[in-house]
Amino acid sequence: MGRFVFKLPDLGEGTAEAEIVAWHVKVGDVVAEDAPLVDMLTDKATVEMTSPVAGKLIELNGAPGDMAAVGGPIAVFEVEGAGNAAATDRSPPARPQAPQVDAEAPEAPQATQAPAVVAAAPSVAVQAPGRAIPTRAEGEKPLASPAVRRRAEDLGIKLTQVAGTGPAGRITHEDLDIFIAGAGSSAPPAPSTLAKRTGVDEVKVIGMRRAIARQMQESKRRIPHFAYVEEVDMTELEELRVHLNTTKRDDQPKLTVLPFIMRALVRVLPAYPQINARFDDEAGVVHRHAGVHIGIATQTSSGLVVPVVRHAEALDVWAAAVEVARAADIGRSGKGSKDDLSGSTITITSLGPLGGIATTPVINYPEVAIIGPNKIVERPVVRHGQITVRKMMNLSSSFDHRVVDGYDAAEFIQRVRAMLEHPATLFMD
Amino acid sequence: MAETITTRLLILGGGPGGYAAAIRAGQLGIDTVLVEADRLGGTCLIRGCIPSKALIHVASKFEGMVEAAQGAKDGISLSSPPVLDMARTVAWKESVVDKLNGGVVALLKRAKTRVVAGWGTFSDAKTCHVETDDGPVTIKAETVILAAGSVATALPHIPFGGDVISSTEALALEKAPRRLAVIGAGYIGLELGSAFRKFGCEVTVVEALDRILPQYDEALTKPVKAWLQKSGVGVHLSAKATAWTNGELSVDKNGERLGIPADKLLVTVGRRARIEGWGLENMGVEMAGAFVKVNGRMQTSMSGVYAIGDLAGEPMLEHKAIAQAHVAVEVIAGQNRTFDPAAIAAVCFTEPEIVSAGLSPDEAAAAGHDPLSAVFPLQANGRALSMGTGDGGGFARVVARKADHRVVGLQAVGAHVSELSGEFAMSIEMGARLEDLAGTIHVHPTLSEAVHEAALRALGHPVHI
Repeated sequence: MGRFVFKLPDLGEGTAEAEIVAWHVKVGDVVAEDAPLVDMLTDKATVEMTSPVAGKLIELNGAPGDMAAVGGPIAVFEVEGAGNAAATDRSPPARPQAPQVDAEAPEAPQATQAPAVVAAAPSVAVQAPGRAIPTRAEGEKPLASPAVRRRAEDLGIKLTQVAGTGPAGRITHEDLDIFIAGAGSSAPPAPSTLAKRTGVDEVKVIGMRRAIARQMQESKRRIPHFAYVEEVDMTELEELRVHLNTTKRDDQPKLTVLPFIMRALVRVLPAYPQINARFDDEAGVVHRHAGVHIGIATQTSSGLVVPVVRHAEALDVWAAAVEVARAADIGRSGKGSKDDLSGSTITITSLGPLGGIATTPVINYPEVAIIGPNKIVERPVVRHGQITVRKMMNLSSSFDHRVVDGYDAAEFIQRVRAMLEHPATLFMD
Repeated sequence: MAETITTRLLILGGGPGGYAAAIRAGQLGIDTVLVEADRLGGTCLIRGCIPSKALIHVASKFEGMVEAAQGAKDGISLSSPPVLDMARTVAWKESVVDKLNGGVVALLKRAKTRVVAGWGTFSDAKTCHVETDDGPVTIKAETVILAAGSVATALPHIPFGGDVISSTEALALEKAPRRLAVIGAGYIGLELGSAFRKFGCEVTVVEALDRILPQYDEALTKPVKAWLQKSGVGVHLSAKATAWTNGELSVDKNGERLGIPADKLLVTVGRRARIEGWGLENMGVEMAGAFVKVNGRMQTSMSGVYAIGDLAGEPMLEHKAIAQAHVAVEVIAGQNRTFDPAAIAAVCFTEPEIVSAGLSPDEAAAAGHDPLSAVFPLQANGRALSMGTGDGGGFARVVARKADHRVVGLQAVGAHVSELSGEFAMSIEMGARLEDLAGTIHVHPTLSEAVHEAALRALGHPVHI
């Protein structure tokens, strides 16, 4: 004959304990394997536990309404054979009882014996962290100082669930700490780590930020935007760019994609004069510019500025690269003159490595178009029935629908795309 | 034109509960309006605790001088008996009240509370109409704290009016009555009755129950009873006041009819929550007997309406109201709070004083604690003896659980023992054991040593007995 201790198995995710709803057996019963044993209630459902072995019940831990810990012994059987526990192995019940503390106190009012009571407590807590181990009689109010009670309330902890290890079963701050630490493994994390953040900082919108705010508000309020995104195969252009950068003279700047996009724009824009324009909507006049003055949206520490590269149509890619660098320096130095920062007829806004998949850029009022190249990434594409890896870039754009029709905008972007995909055409008349 | 105010929090009543709520709300940044028809301060400040303590103080001083005129044993003598100008006593008492009232006004100003002076009446749970000197004001509030307090209970067959007075009028008498009859031997009746006795009035107390101060046990009330007897205060127990006619109180004492002639009749048969006259019936708030029903968060059955203090139930004590005010306001501010004290100490400023926190030995036994209790007589306390108050039968008492020595009650009776209330409440709130009290060094020579000694005695090793 041996003893078999049935420990409450894991009842599902996050369940650390379950309530005993009803026993189907009583001590002394001989039960068959898989016979109904007990109904357990988790916060999700009632689960019927069946007997893991055939044998005679010699111990049931807990009455209906009691909480039992997962992993805690809830029933002990006398079984044929060895069982799973030594006869002397009196494992503590799933619900440790108060008497351990209470029984000692009467004989041990002297302070010298108190440490024994206190010392026993941490091991109780370790056995089942986060679980209720009240060292109190049923229904007795937990004993705790006002500060401990307040802290528990702040954390949403019911002190009836917390074991008290202090004198006379008093719940100490340390008991609360242990309870909180234990709760982390099975229950929701301690509320303290999810504390609400309160307070609102008032930040005055002044200076450059106010200027940006006004400009953006004007743009969005006045301009009915529409966005258009197309993908561009940049493989050949990238090959050319890398080649130019490796063969360039020392006095020539390093080329980015931007001068090539500028080149494409200045080549295509003459056919679309309504796009290279400034719309004086108060006067009801669109100023179509012959020259292409490209605004380069530049992020600075104090916000967005748009220095202008003038007459981009008169710049080759090398010169354009120099001008873009100069414009960026002007923007970042914060020392740009009014001329440096105004008069653009179209704007390019590129987030560089943060380029993303697509953007819906806000037009630099009173312009009527803005071009936003996105990140170049290697993507599998289908070419001639084959999947092949190409360097792809999306080209986002927004237009002022009052003066630019969708058809024209699409055609414009398609021609820009064609130029970029066949870089030789950028330089052919 | 009627003014309309919209506010996050409206507090009805400017007593301790109401003004404490307003101050806490100010600290938490809650926009608050407080409505009060009378001066700020409530029953406690204006016509209760504070003025009665001022009067009791003067009465004791006067009594000491009377003794001195008779040749007191402490060496002070007066060549002629002292003369009492009651009008000036009352004026001085009023100056104390004025000072505290002014303090409350200043505190509320600092808390940025808008005080609307006038009688408020609710038309629904969130709308209050106030008749102010500047015309009607309507206040619409998101949340409401009801702190309407309590009023003295009247006897139906002996209504207030004329020479039949409540504690409020007793505290404003310009002239001490020659003969004062008191109905009710609770703490208010005995505090005031004793004070007037010290002023030299003939005082007779009539009590329907068979004992005085029924909320305290016999041991605690014994020194009070002894003082009343020694001082010549007539006390009729198991006696029912039946009528007041032509300056005589008719009393039925166990079937025997007594006539007690008196110049004033003070009726102190208790206080009841003020639940009438301000539109409570329009608020959809449930009642619990004579009080507004509240839960531990001080919430009534109507959402967003809270009740605190005397209106929300016994005990009707200022310090309880303030604690409830803090709970209510912090709950309104979104904090998790419950009114769940381990002890609310109470003090009775009779001669001598009684202070009690937690359970008496009998109450502890009834609660199943298997109590262990010990007393230490003030007769063996140096401080009590040095103040000449050691012979009044006073003592300090500790009540603990035998099982774990947890202190569940602390009481004392004796001159000046009210000041022990802090240690009493603190010990119980902190869950102290007898060993904690015994292990705390108490200052010599003070009355608090008696508490220390009581704990030592409970543990079997007192020093001075």
